[in-house]
Amino acid sequence: MSLNPDPGHEQPAQRTLADLQPGETAEVVALHSDGAERRRLMDLGIVPGTRIIAELRSPLRDPVAYRVRGALIALRQSQAVQIEIRSPAPEMLS
Amino acid sequence: MSDPAADLLQTARALRAEVGAGLHDQLAEALYTDAAHLADRAVTRPDERPRFDLDRAIDRLVTSRTWGFPIMILLLTVVFWITIQGANVPSSLLATLLLDKVHPALKDGASALGVPWWLSGVLLDGAYLAGAWVVSVMLPPMAIFFPLFTLLEDFGYLPRVAFNLDRLFSRAGAHGKQALSMTMGFGCNAAGVVATRVIDSPRERLIAILTNNFAVCNGRWPTLIMVSTIFIGSAVPAALAGLVSAAAVVSVAVLGVLLTFAVSWFLSRTMLKGQASVFSLELPPYRPPRIWQTLYTSVIDRTLIVLWRAVTMAVPAGVVIWTISNVHVGGESVAEHLVSLLDGFGWLLGLNGVILLAYIVAIPANEIIIPTILMLTVLTARLSGVGQGAGVMFELESGNAIRDILHAGGWTTLTAINLMLFSLIHNPCSTTILTIYHETRSLKWTAVATALPLLLGFAVTFTLATAARLLGWA
Amino acid sequence: MTMTTNTLPGSACATCPMNRHLARLGVSMDSWDYVVALAGNPNTGKSTVFNALTGLRQHTGNWPGKTVARAEGGFEYGEKRYKIVDLPGTYSLLATSADEEIARDFILFGQPDVTVIVVDATRLERNLNLALQVLEITDKAVLALNLMDEARRHRLVVDERRLARDLGVPVVPMSARRGEGVGELLQMVHGVATGEIRPRPHRLASTRDAALDRVLSQLVARVEAAFPGLPNARWVALRLLDDDASIESAIRDGSLGDLSRGLQTAPVAERLALTGVAS
Ligand SMILES: Nc1nc2c(ncn2[C@@H]2O[C@H](COP(=O)(O)OP(=O)(O)OP(=O)(O)O)[C@@H](O)[C@H]2O)c(=O)[nH]1
Ligand SMILES: [Mg+2]
Repeated sequence: MSLNPDPGHEQPAQRTLADLQPGETAEVVALHSDGAERRRLMDLGIVPGTRIIAELRSPLRDPVAYRVRGALIALRQSQAVQIEIRSPAPEMLS
Repeated sequence: MSDPAADLLQTARALRAEVGAGLHDQLAEALYTDAAHLADRAVTRPDERPRFDLDRAIDRLVTSRTWGFPIMILLLTVVFWITIQGANVPSSLLATLLLDKVHPALKDGASALGVPWWLSGVLLDGAYLAGAWVVSVMLPPMAIFFPLFTLLEDFGYLPRVAFNLDRLFSRAGAHGKQALSMTMGFGCNAAGVVATRVIDSPRERLIAILTNNFAVCNGRWPTLIMVSTIFIGSAVPAALAGLVSAAAVVSVAVLGVLLTFAVSWFLSRTMLKGQASVFSLELPPYRPPRIWQTLYTSVIDRTLIVLWRAVTMAVPAGVVIWTISNVHVGGESVAEHLVSLLDGFGWLLGLNGVILLAYIVAIPANEIIIPTILMLTVLTARLSGVGQGAGVMFELESGNAIRDILHAGGWTTLTAINLMLFSLIHNPCSTTILTIYHETRSLKWTAVATALPLLLGFAVTFTLATAARLLGWA
Repeated sequence: MTMTTNTLPGSACATCPMNRHLARLGVSMDSWDYVVALAGNPNTGKSTVFNALTGLRQHTGNWPGKTVARAEGGFEYGEKRYKIVDLPGTYSLLATSADEEIARDFILFGQPDVTVIVVDATRLERNLNLALQVLEITDKAVLALNLMDEARRHRLVVDERRLARDLGVPVVPMSARRGEGVGELLQMVHGVATGEIRPRPHRLASTRDAALDRVLSQLVARVEAAFPGLPNARWVALRLLDDDASIESAIRDGSLGDLSRGLQTAPVAERLALTGVAS
């Protein structure tokens, strides 16, 4: 796996937010968690179609802070793997 | 009779099947679609993105792999260094004024008025002196520490600390927001315990409550600052004294953080088994603090309130101290009896009977530890001019009086180090214990929260004292 | 009535005439005409607004979750006495942590006369999520567009008139920490409380789904039967359909009924009791 995949490049299916490297942008496809956790993520604005940018990695590599609808939100990797993503549609990149 | 509540729940369950599980998703998506649309219409962003995003640059630095942790330690050290340097002179000025000038004047006035010795003793040598000590030991460091801490808080640095430490908390089976209640504990543990409400898992909230005491609260900073200034700062060249004392205080605080991790880890593997639950933390944008407003409110709201609490605790404690030091049973005062009773155990811990008695007297508030120790040492060590039970032998020269008292009380470097450790690791103050009971409504957990750090403190100080003695250091 | 007439451009208003009517009452209140709730996402300046209106000094701090319990204070404006309630921040009325539950319960069941929704002008999109939820359950709301100084610093331009029109409630741009916009906020709160201003908030089209509506109204009837006089029965019904465990337990132990009688529920600590944690 290359460390810095070209953001426009086609990715294999089932990429999750945990695969996103700082600086990369992605679009949420689905949330695979449920119950309170799913609710909380949705309350924070992480719903299918939301555009997310990975921004900061903490010194110990976990959690990672993501830019979601203008706010910077830290998620543990155990949560990030539950969020399926894909490369953003081209018009979203502009 | 049909129970409408049960009926309601049943109907709900039936209808839920009809609606399907996607309801919440549907609502959440609809809300955000609307929100995005409305915001898009209302907000115009600047055309060109600023080439340099300061917030992002700061974030990269303070959370970076290399610099994240050093910067946390550095900031903490700088805060204490400024506090120690800045508090030194005003503290001794206040002590000179309140203890050297006002106290004798009051005594003279009392004897001129023919006030009986026991009354002027209890009021002036007990209540007044305890209050005066608290003010001179606490006011200057608090008046510097609180504003600095508030500036960091207003700037937005604390959530970054939580972000940096989260991995350690998750390893310990604890909640990431425990870092926030812990930092609140650096102000006041009772506040820190209430702040655990942001944690939504009961198990992890309890862990946060039980370990909050390892965050050194404002009542304990003055003890640490004073002891490290006298016994550690003085061991190095004067130019480095402030920095080295600050480093010693920071080491104790960092040890407290490490203990928080260790005890959380222990709890989540024994009494409070479970997995770390999910967590999300918003890192707010940096906002430049308003310096003057912050200085003003943190001095008025925090410093004076905390000081007032300390004084109201110190005054009755002063009465108690004076009384037990002046009521004699079989030739010795009650305080002396108690001190010699505790001396053996105190010696085992590398402390002494006076310190242990002080920790008993000071259960209501950690703030009064230092005044209590000083007064008890003066009163029981029969220092010069103590006949009527005062601390009036002070030739105050920048804290030297305190050093003289403590040396007269037989203190060594081991005593100082173990006092700093015991100050970190002992039972919470009574206010915090009550708050823990109020938040948990459980006698059992309140008892655990009280006993666990106390026993741990005994164990740590005993081990260190024994090791030091075996190795011939003390 | 249109909302445009109700929104004034933000201006420093320490000296303008309407500010003269403000008398900060601190906590010394035994009776009041209206109750105002401060709702909003965490860290948007609710406690700062509260302090500006009451003269009290709730702790504020730049991190989400500074306020964890409700605080009350009072002020007098335009010959009316107001009780104002500072609440913990919450991302959503669907939320579950202890502090957020306190906020949610008061917004939903505390029957405030006016709900001031404090939003961060620099994070409008995410803040509007909660704002829209609040506007689902009450008409009597004012949107305080706070942190305008930060928005200016980041060179964002927020069109508050358009926002007011789109949302259907008064929008007051403000920088609470500097006291900017406090006068306008008071005017709007007063207008909405006395009924001079009648906002007609924007409602979400997607919750007006016909099939859902049918099911909902069935359940709402049951909720009302079980808890007569409970405000926001529709919201309770929605939560039930969504399998919300906290609402279910509030129904089972009757605490939902206490809420509807205008009582605060059992002391917070009791509801948060940790005695149940397995040992
Ligand atoms: N620049 C600027 N800062 C503000 C303004 N209003 C509030 N702040 C700052 O924003 C931070 C958050 O303010 P609070 O009043 O504590 O926010 P809150 O909404 O009560 O937060 P929670 O209690 O955590 O929900 C503090 O550091 C305030 O000083 C404003 O108008 N301008
Ligand atoms: Mg607040």
